[in-house]
Amino acid sequence: MASSEDTVTGSRSIAAGETQGDWRDRARRFAKSDFVRSFPFWFIPFSIMGLGVYGGIGWNTLISLTDYEGFQPPDFTDLDFDMYVQALQDPAVILVTKNTFVLMVAFTTITMILGLFLAIVLDRGIRYREKVQTIYLLPMALSFVVTAQFWLWMYNINNGLVNAVIGLFGLGPYNWIGNPDLVLGAVVFALIWQFSGYAMVVFLAGLQSLPDDQFEAAKIDGASTFKTYWRVIVPQLKSSSVSAAVILMIFALKAFTFLYSMFGQYRVPRATDILATKMVREAFQLQNWAFASAIATILLVMSLAVIAPYLYYQYKQGSL
Amino acid sequence: MSNPTNSRAESIARVLPALDYSKIAIYLLVMTFAAFFIAPIWTGLVTAFKTTGAVTATTPFLPPGPDGFTLQKWTTAIEYLSTGMTNSLLMSFPATIASVTLGSTAAYGLTLVDWHKRTQFAVLVLFMFGIFIPYQAVLVPLSDFWINMVGIDGLVGPVLGDLPFFTERHSRLVAVTFTHVVYGIPICMLLFRGYYVALSDELIEAAKIDGASITSIYRRIVLPLSKPMFGVVFIYQFTMIWNEFLFSLTLIGSSASPAATVTLVLSGLGSDLSGVDFGLRMAGAFVAALPTLIIYILFAEQFAKGLASDN
Repeated sequence: MASSEDTVTGSRSIAAGETQGDWRDRARRFAKSDFVRSFPFWFIPFSIMGLGVYGGIGWNTLISLTDYEGFQPPDFTDLDFDMYVQALQDPAVILVTKNTFVLMVAFTTITMILGLFLAIVLDRGIRYREKVQTIYLLPMALSFVVTAQFWLWMYNINNGLVNAVIGLFGLGPYNWIGNPDLVLGAVVFALIWQFSGYAMVVFLAGLQSLPDDQFEAAKIDGASTFKTYWRVIVPQLKSSSVSAAVILMIFALKAFTFLYSMFGQYRVPRATDILATKMVREAFQLQNWAFASAIATILLVMSLAVIAPYLYYQYKQGSL
Repeated sequence: MSNPTNSRAESIARVLPALDYSKIAIYLLVMTFAAFFIAPIWTGLVTAFKTTGAVTATTPFLPPGPDGFTLQKWTTAIEYLSTGMTNSLLMSFPATIASVTLGSTAAYGLTLVDWHKRTQFAVLVLFMFGIFIPYQAVLVPLSDFWINMVGIDGLVGPVLGDLPFFTERHSRLVAVTFTHVVYGIPICMLLFRGYYVALSDELIEAAKIDGASITSIYRRIVLPLSKPMFGVVFIYQFTMIWNEFLFSLTLIGSSASPAATVTLVLSGLGSDLSGVDFGLRMAGAFVAALPTLIIYILFAEQFAKGLASDN
């Protein structure tokens, strides 16, 4: 790094102070300031990241304004919003947008409720809590490619465990993957399985940061355990809830890997087709680059609608 | 003379109040959910040891009997996935090291050095958005950038082709590696930032008064102090990169490519026109998950810490 020759004596001259107006002195002082010295530390990673993220987004937006498709290079002289008009009028896009919302809302809500429930159970001072937490969080350490294979087998119509279990209650067997009415629910259930351990960890961290005496106080007042949690403890987990909800919603918006891996192809069943899968399919299977870029922009705007308020909230809370 | 059944009932009654029913209920719940989280993994594990006949003939979550047991699925899976495993390792290690290092220096420059609070905050916010944006929003430019603009195939392909193990098509793996560095920096930065904000100022202030430079404070004080955090971030980031699929799929393209990562190979393993060979698929899933499983079993606590602090 450029500033490695910076030495102890060098920094001392800042403190010593110099005569005003001497530009050489000022230049030297500037060169030794904290800003310049720390510049390589943050600016190198920042510029790499900025180029990839913001350069990428800008370029993507530009491509979405062209008619880029197939293997011809894009024509940047003729820019218009045709692709967006086309996308917003396309019934397929409207369907995948609806699926995206259903997946996001169902997955986020149930995962949060289950995560909170598990966190409260583990917070009741059980033994081997660390071990139990390790088991609950295990799915989160696995790749979606891997868990999709497990669930494909779980949902197998003839030999899957899911049908074997509900068969005990005289139900089924159902074709979880093949039936368009069931497949989205099946996918959401599998994703809940993978993520509720994560939601639990976030809530558990929130629960443990609360002082113990509140619980004692509520008990003395004669409140039941359930009431204590519902009235006293849960309202204080707002910050954990917001964090968990945002992470889960963002994940749901971009959930591509699980769906692709489960069905082994770009074209997933219509009922589970979401913006994220449609975008990748339009681009990398069908080479409709500009159209895919437009869908990606729609997806980005939806994500920003979740992230921006969240970051603002964090900022207001003083935790950013 | 007391009736023996009566006294037994009494002794049971004496024991009963000592048992805390709500505790039993909680432990039952804990066990049920443990079973719920383990079931798909366990079912996959036993299925991987079954012959193709036993896969369909036996109960899915029971281990195979002696006549239905085979290790052949595992050897086949390892055979298919070994190149993918090597590719994934070759990609994950440098990408993790680079993004963790850059994340650490970025966090240092933005938290422990005060140069302009408001600009620092603006840069931080830009990093934060970088964590959350859906990668779909950069995929088209990304493949355009590596394939058409950089021309990665022509640039590093011929060089790699001359090396042992590598082929010309490994140029795409190089592109994936760099891509992971770029998009891994924000989350690493955030994880380190949380740690650096909580770090005691005293040592750094003292070093500043002694006239230590920004660089030497980082090298002599911050770096040694953040060793445990490097462990946490490394484990977290390695798992993320190893498990990642979207960049591999879009940049490398086909699971048949010699540069395909393990996740890419697994997504098509053991399926043909006659259906999916679930025994092979399950064995492959475990082989592909092996490095992350080992890391998880050894460092579960660090992994949980990484997850809990990424919000």
